[in-house]
Amino acid sequence: MDGDVLVDGRPVFTDDIDFLELLHGKILRSPLPHAKITYIDTSEAEALPGVKAVLTYKNVPQVKFTTAGQGYPEPSPYDTKVLDDKVRFVGDRVAAVAAETEEIAEEALSLIKVEYEELPVVFDAEYALSESAPKIHEEGNVASFVEKGYVDIGRAFEESDVIVEGTFSLPYAQHVPLEPHITITYLDEYGRLVIRSSTQVPFHVRRILSMVLGLPVHKIRVIKPRIGGGFGCKQEIVLEDICALLTLRTGKAVRMELTREEEFFASRTRHPAKVRVKLGADRGGRLKAIDMEVLLNTGAYGAHAPTVLYCTGSRPLVLYNKAEAVRFKGRAVYTNLPVAGAYRGYGATQGLAGMETVMDLLADKLGMDPLELRLKNAIGKGETSPIFEELGEGRKGVPQVVESCGLEECIRRGAQAIDWWKKRERGIGVGMALSIQGSGIAMIDMGAATIRMNDDGTFMLYVGATDLGTGSDTILAQIAAEVLGVSVEDIYVYSSDTDFTPFDTGAYASSTTYVSGNAVKKAAEKLRDQILDVASEMLCVEKDALFLKDGKVFVKGDEERSVSLKDIGLRSLYVRNQRQLEASASFVSPVSPPPFAAHFAEVEVDESTGFVKVLRYVVAVDCGKVINPPLAKGQVLGAIANGIGYALFEEMKFNGKGKLLNGDLSLYKVITAADMPLVDVIFVETDEPTGPFGAKSVAEICINGPIPAIANAIYNAVGVRLWENPFTPERVLKALRG
Amino acid sequence: MIYGMRISFILNGERRETEVDPGEKLLDLLRRLGCKGVKTGCRKGECGSCTVIVDGKPVRSCLIFAPQIDGKEVWTIEGVDHPIKDTLLEEGAVQCGFCIPGIVMTVKALLDENPAPTDEDIKDALKGNLCRCTGYIQQIEAVKRVVKKS
Repeated sequence: MDGDVLVDGRPVFTDDIDFLELLHGKILRSPLPHAKITYIDTSEAEALPGVKAVLTYKNVPQVKFTTAGQGYPEPSPYDTKVLDDKVRFVGDRVAAVAAETEEIAEEALSLIKVEYEELPVVFDAEYALSESAPKIHEEGNVASFVEKGYVDIGRAFEESDVIVEGTFSLPYAQHVPLEPHITITYLDEYGRLVIRSSTQVPFHVRRILSMVLGLPVHKIRVIKPRIGGGFGCKQEIVLEDICALLTLRTGKAVRMELTREEEFFASRTRHPAKVRVKLGADRGGRLKAIDMEVLLNTGAYGAHAPTVLYCTGSRPLVLYNKAEAVRFKGRAVYTNLPVAGAYRGYGATQGLAGMETVMDLLADKLGMDPLELRLKNAIGKGETSPIFEELGEGRKGVPQVVESCGLEECIRRGAQAIDWWKKRERGIGVGMALSIQGSGIAMIDMGAATIRMNDDGTFMLYVGATDLGTGSDTILAQIAAEVLGVSVEDIYVYSSDTDFTPFDTGAYASSTTYVSGNAVKKAAEKLRDQILDVASEMLCVEKDALFLKDGKVFVKGDEERSVSLKDIGLRSLYVRNQRQLEASASFVSPVSPPPFAAHFAEVEVDESTGFVKVLRYVVAVDCGKVINPPLAKGQVLGAIANGIGYALFEEMKFNGKGKLLNGDLSLYKVITAADMPLVDVIFVETDEPTGPFGAKSVAEICINGPIPAIANAIYNAVGVRLWENPFTPERVLKALRG
Repeated sequence: MIYGMRISFILNGERRETEVDPGEKLLDLLRRLGCKGVKTGCRKGECGSCTVIVDGKPVRSCLIFAPQIDGKEVWTIEGVDHPIKDTLLEEGAVQCGFCIPGIVMTVKALLDENPAPTDEDIKDALKGNLCRCTGYIQQIEAVKRVVKKS
């Protein structure tokens, strides 16, 4: 819908408008992984011509909050301050400056004198748990802990014929949105704070900043222009708080942008994880017990720690609901490393990497086709799992029954497409894995929409939903258009401006199509009702006998009789019984229907170099009804690309002092056009009764498959199992040499 | 910025005379002149989002200084009407769109030089333009579609 403005390079992003007067904000960052600031002197910086404000912990509010952009009350711990007298990782905030130019701001940073008292450090998540480990936060090093389960796991293992176990480790990785975090703040003509920001969560930014800054919500406006990719790292307050304070302090517009290097260490990352999975099964391959233990490293602050932790368990455990007994134990711990946060897949990536590699191990041990093992144990339509209720998002969840599930067909069609049985027989390296996600957060995520009819029968659709480059504005327009019987071109979508659009929790948890889409559908249905009222007056026909199509209201069975939406629009505004035709609706879902996918990878492993090449990738996805096939395919391919990148190349590396070693794009390898294998995307359409027009989510699910599918394919190719990604030549060679 | 150096160049077909700072990057000059389609992604020549065409060659505008374009001809997305724009849309290759101006410029430079590229040529040309949304397949198909059309 808005593609043409993007291919023309029109100025639609945060940084694309000019301000007559704009200050530039920069952040002084800690060179140390853990230290107390014992002395800080900003006088020289403040005296530098062109410097307009300098912030330290001494002159900003000392309110503890979470930077995680989540619904109220946030499950994430309140462990962060705008600026603190303690720094907890290399790159943590020490001070901030606003100056007339970026160069002056940089120079001012170099004039701030800081003395630190170094504190003992902890980089290893397991060490963080020990008694002797230094405490990173007063409350201790455990940011989140959970232990849940059902049925006696010990007995279920005793009764199992086969038991397998494996621990999979995933490293730090970064989202690498092409547009780094950027925020511009200013005061409007009434002195209200305006925050123009590349964010996935404008309403949460407004609420959280209201608390941190001590400003009432109505004095803050958050505008989200087009976003250049987010993938979770923009579900977070990374710049907005500091930038807003610099504007409040100076009265001037302030621009802050992370450099690419800062984007790596100072925005957010995936939670590195150790996922231990122990499975017990009978000889026929029926799962009896799943014991899963997860250790997440949340870095210096616990943004999203509880929620990612719970999802690490809930996704794979729901998937294999046939297991008689289940135990999940998870901990997310603080270390003196960069802050982890939301990242596409949100724990499911980590959990499924463990589960699906150990499932492959089990298939091997049983001498069973991995497909067969999955089909025997995976959840199906009409089924449930106690896990839905046990493990929500950082708290108890809600019970639900799976009402649409195309998993069996995904497995079958995917296997055919990659020629599974023939290739397995011939020893070509093929492996597979399943993936799962949710569609929004049940009983928590809320989306609202308002639709207004114009004089000429076109529509304005106002949504709080936050298109972060996924095309969700288009999807929402399509949903409204379908209900109102008009073309998408007749609907203008205005989204994510807290002054003008209704509330929405934001773009995360694969929620927009499902949650916000349902809100749009409800609002459109209400408005359709109002339109039919006017048409009924005009045509002198009962409402029930009317329907909308092609921009007109027709009489059922007598399609010669009609009235155009334009005439309805003009009449309702100017002529008779005048009123604004407009409707609002909210939607919160009692369930979060999971989409499903089956992933198949074919790899070639060079045994002399250890180099793994993915030759072909097949993914069959059940995301319910596909509302916009090119956009859905784009979501699948993008997630697969990122997943393959993480499987093969991506890893943030640190030195012994907690300093990031590869924080730039020449050193941190992101997948490129030259690395992409052939990918077949198959949609297995199901009809989700609770979804808008049968749709479920599609944005995240596919990033969860490549790691286990490729690991399993490598095993199939060369007979070695890899338990840590990325599968670099070095690691593969090491495994090959045993 | 301490301007004070005068340069003259052709921007999207029009002669421009402007003051620049000797240390100013072409990227910043172009954005200052209103070409906001030139995107800042890394400032190190690694992501390709700031790609423009200078005297027929694709150039990372974050890597060269403004004075270096004195007397040269520069094209940015704002001045380019190319069939790749349509085929990118047709193939669903545009998601967030941030990388797209750079990709359009890279493809234009490729096809101006080599109107019948092989798949390998296309991948080779595009490998310097990072995209985190699409997975590249749609972009490669979009280039092939332009080639087929012409």
